Amino acid sequence: MPALKQKIAISLLLLSITPSVLSSELKSGYEFLTPMSREMQDDEFSNPGMSTVDKGRNLFNEKGVNDKTCADCHGKEGEIFNAKSLARYPIYDDDENRPITLQEKINLCGEDQLDNVPYVPECIDLVALETFVRYLARGEAINVDISGPMKKHYDAGEKLYFSRIGQYGMSCAHCHVYNQGKKLRGQTLSQGQTNGFPEYRLGPGKVVGIHTRVQECFSSFRAEPYGLGSEELINLEVYLNAKGNSLKVETPAVRY
Amino acid sequence: MLVNMNLRYLLIPATFLLSNSVQTEQTKINPKDPTEPYYSWKMENYSIKQPIGGRLGNAERGKKVVIDRNRGNCLACHSMPIPEEPFHGTIGPSLNGLASRLNEAQIRLRVVDEQQINPMSIMPGYYRDPKLYRRVLWEYEGQTLLGAQDVEDVVAYLATLK
Repeated sequence: MPALKQKIAISLLLLSITPSVLSSELKSGYEFLTPMSREMQDDEFSNPGMSTVDKGRNLFNEKGVNDKTCADCHGKEGEIFNAKSLARYPIYDDDENRPITLQEKINLCGEDQLDNVPYVPECIDLVALETFVRYLARGEAINVDISGPMKKHYDAGEKLYFSRIGQYGMSCAHCHVYNQGKKLRGQTLSQGQTNGFPEYRLGPGKVVGIHTRVQECFSSFRAEPYGLGSEELINLEVYLNAKGNSLKVETPAVRY
Repeated sequence: MLVNMNLRYLLIPATFLLSNSVQTEQTKINPKDPTEPYYSWKMENYSIKQPIGGRLGNAERGKKVVIDRNRGNCLACHSMPIPEEPFHGTIGPSLNGLASRLNEAQIRLRVVDEQQINPMSIMPGYYRDPKLYRRVLWEYEGQTLLGAQDVEDVVAYLATLK
């Protein structure tokens, strides 16, 4: 019996330590910004990401191979979209038997409806379309369904998130879970939430999608990055977006 | 439909290669000699008594390695008595007065492989056996983060922080 008591005591001790880091409150990257950058994001006239939204809107109204446009089904301003369903990506696709991201959905829709050749993942035009579409769900709560067949992919993403890789031997969690809020040189480490993607990055000065951003993180700790649109990054996107469930969509967010 | 799908996956490696070429520029600055062998070390009582590769450290050079963003980059996480460099990180503990808390052999282990002491630490092991790394960017394959001389220089510098 003492062994059992000991086990209970140890597990209680562990419970009291770990959740303080792991279950901390969800915070959008917005809360880690300086007031100036927040202002830049909030004002649509000064938000540099808005020009990408406009570019996406133009592509949305551009004729495809069979002379149809996205707007024919979804409305000129995308007004026929249901904002709630835009905030739930990645979703499980029964035909593909795997989760598909919003970028992939745009590509699949373009192939099926407009006979278009699919875009390369994360290319400028596809990111512009994704930014425009996701912008329509601004303010909507992220709501990724991770039940059923999605669970496996969520778990795979989580495993990658907590795995040490690269010459620095770090994982995503080492910055964004265990050290969030602390300073990496002049920069405050955020929770790495994805509710603002595609986001305008002040450093490189352009709008990027999740996969590009994650690749940059990987290269910064000298790990061989996974390919854009690869299975691993799609799983990671499932985990990242689901981790931020209930945060509001901020696309196009302004971040460092 | 199926043909189109295949096309999409063919394009993925192309973008992947592109993203790698961006990396190359940054890595040329790394001054570490890639032909240097890996010198194994032994942990005793949470310290490493023997200098790595038998090198003699130089504190002045060590300070440069500590500041260099492509080598030690210690200021990314630690505050140090180097006021001429702005924005010291707060992820790790301050290294002010480090040498009055730890001796040289203890400092050496912390530079070489902090995770021997704290397995959860974010701090990279600057001189771990390259075989232990996973999925290393190809330019750095088989290499330690710092060369043996750099490690000893950094240890010599940190040992001056009384």
